[in-house]
Amino acid sequence: APDPLITEVQDWASGLGEGVDATPYGLPIKYESDVVRRNVEWLTADTISSINFTPIHALDGTITPQGCAFERHHSGAIELRKEDYRLMINGLVGTPLVFTYEDLERFPRENRVYFCECAANSGMEWAGAQLNGAQFTHGMIHNMEYSGVSLRTLLEEAGVKPEGKWVYVEGADASSNGRSIPLEKAMDDVLVAFKANGEALRKEHGYPVRLVVPGWEGNMWIKWLRRVEVMDQPVESREETSKYTDTLANGISRKWTWEMDAKSVVTSPSPQAPIKHGAGPLVITGLAWSGRGAVTGVDVSLDGGKTWTEARLAAPGTDKALTRFYLDINWDGSEMLLQSRAKDATGYVQPTKAQLREVRGLNSIYHNNAIQTWWVKANGEAENVEVS
Amino acid sequence: MFVTPAAAEKFGLGRPALPEEIAAWDLDVAPDGTGLPAGSGDVFTGEEVFAEKCAVCHGDFAEGVGNWPKLAGGQGTLDHEDPLKTVGSYWPYLSTTWDYVNRSMPFGNAQSLTPDEVYAIVAYILYSNDLVDDEFVLSDETFLEVELPNADGFILDDRQEAEKHFWNPEPCMENCKDSVEITMRAMVLDVTPEEEGVEAPAAAGPVQDAAAEEAVKEAVEEPVETAAVLDPELVAQGEKTFKKCKACHQVGEGAKSKTGPVLNGIVGAPAGHAEGFRYSKAMTAAAEDGLVWTEAELAAFLAKPKTYMKGTKMSFAGLKKDSDIEAVIAYLQSYSQ
Repeated sequence: APDPLITEVQDWASGLGEGVDATPYGLPIKYESDVVRRNVEWLTADTISSINFTPIHALDGTITPQGCAFERHHSGAIELRKEDYRLMINGLVGTPLVFTYEDLERFPRENRVYFCECAANSGMEWAGAQLNGAQFTHGMIHNMEYSGVSLRTLLEEAGVKPEGKWVYVEGADASSNGRSIPLEKAMDDVLVAFKANGEALRKEHGYPVRLVVPGWEGNMWIKWLRRVEVMDQPVESREETSKYTDTLANGISRKWTWEMDAKSVVTSPSPQAPIKHGAGPLVITGLAWSGRGAVTGVDVSLDGGKTWTEARLAAPGTDKALTRFYLDINWDGSEMLLQSRAKDATGYVQPTKAQLREVRGLNSIYHNNAIQTWWVKANGEAENVEVS
Repeated sequence: MFVTPAAAEKFGLGRPALPEEIAAWDLDVAPDGTGLPAGSGDVFTGEEVFAEKCAVCHGDFAEGVGNWPKLAGGQGTLDHEDPLKTVGSYWPYLSTTWDYVNRSMPFGNAQSLTPDEVYAIVAYILYSNDLVDDEFVLSDETFLEVELPNADGFILDDRQEAEKHFWNPEPCMENCKDSVEITMRAMVLDVTPEEEGVEAPAAAGPVQDAAAEEAVKEAVEEPVETAAVLDPELVAQGEKTFKKCKACHQVGEGAKSKTGPVLNGIVGAPAGHAEGFRYSKAMTAAAEDGLVWTEAELAAFLAKPKTYMKGTKMSFAGLKKDSDIEAVIAYLQSYSQ
């Protein structure tokens, strides 16, 4: 029968739509209302010191819109006006300095795309398949284009003394969330950013100024950045001792595990993005990234890791940023055990869960970059599983 | 022509930081005690301060309430399944505890403790972990005498050696294993949050859409109507003041009891009215005596909770300004249902 959507004149084809100023700063159309951040209530005591997850199963490309990019706060998202913003550089420097927001805008600016991944991303999966959805297993990640000033420029403005070996960075919120960073990294690619994806940082991402620490765990990307202290030793703050340290099976814990290892996940099909069209042409897609450099390739397996096929990268991988991959297949409608495996410029290959557990045990909490398996059933639905 | 300045050339931007500005913000304390202010506190004082300011989340004995962090216990569990990581069992340096309590606690009222109070609280946390006796006094002078049990429990990131085999330029592409079995399924645990409305956009036709929109509008308009008798500016000011309360209390649509009871309809309600919330003995007794949260009673409670009701679990120092109290009550009234 002919399709009435074609044969009958629809309201939108005869009437008028909204005028230009209906939404001065736009929001997604209401039909996309399911594409939102979600939290897992049982993870934390409240939503103020908590985390939520990017809906990666519903996005494409590589840039994460700020409005659905995961949030992590330790004492809530504060509201800090640009006019009230101050950044102090102190410690082992020639002249301790205070910058206003306007001062920061007068330094030479850089634009860079980087991913930010919480060290605890996939952390709930150490002991076994637990959460059913890419958003929940891999959604503590976002990828944005940042505009800002290199931290090196600001440190050189104050003049780092030769005995300076570390910087301690902290935020203006009640948690302060301070972290120590080796001076070498601080002078390399760290950014003091005030724009993301072209617009001001959102409140939940540290408006007006946050730190961008490419490739390193998200906890170090201090939001509402207010102070950088050059030191001769690390502070050993709460966030770098009691948290963000990785306990091995023998009870000994690794510290200073800053880099995020190469990792990937199939975002569709996945538990929240089942196949609805039946057998035939199917786009398998996902994201890959590495904190050690660019992604050089992604392999996809349909049979739980017996055979692998090289996926197509939408664009060549770039340094410490998300890469989108596709594998276009003609699905025969039978079950699949879908996996992806990232490879990076250092020669690192994303390990299996068994390989990771062999080295690290089950209590690591952080830095779980193991290969993920989705069991895609004949009806197109998918489930988070583990395989032998 | 304009030229990019050489790498180390200065721009002359910013201004020198004043000593008192640096003193106000540079509070971090390093493992060797650098940054500690003069002061002291004993275990007994610490117990009192802890009960007043910390116990609501961390428990009277630092054992933790609900999902809030446990600060004591767990020694010897780090190589077990689900290790218990506390100051006593896991934290390598005492400076970290002092620094964190000093700068970031109490939750929702950070940077309100005096150095002596911080010394006392940290002394009590050590005592709760059986690391000092009840005579112990922690001060900037005794600080370095304390060594935490797990000080040697950490190694530097050794992934590049211990996981060297993950660097593998030629990973297997074919016949990589003989068989593949499913060994674990997320559906068995079933802890994933419900996906409300995932199907809705595709399934809902235009008629249902309109009905849903009406329902949303009604839900949004209702509180506005209720608030109409209140001064909107005062309510807005109260919303800001309520931030101090948010660490423990929720109010509004979908609000639930958390560390503190849900506050919908609190103004004019009998004390202890949040169902299922475990009130303090003092609050339960007051409720039995017929206490009703009139504006006057609420105002008195909010000014000095611990003085108004000895034994309340509400670990909040109180709102100093009458105008804040008035505003927060107006804000709570705007959620009268």
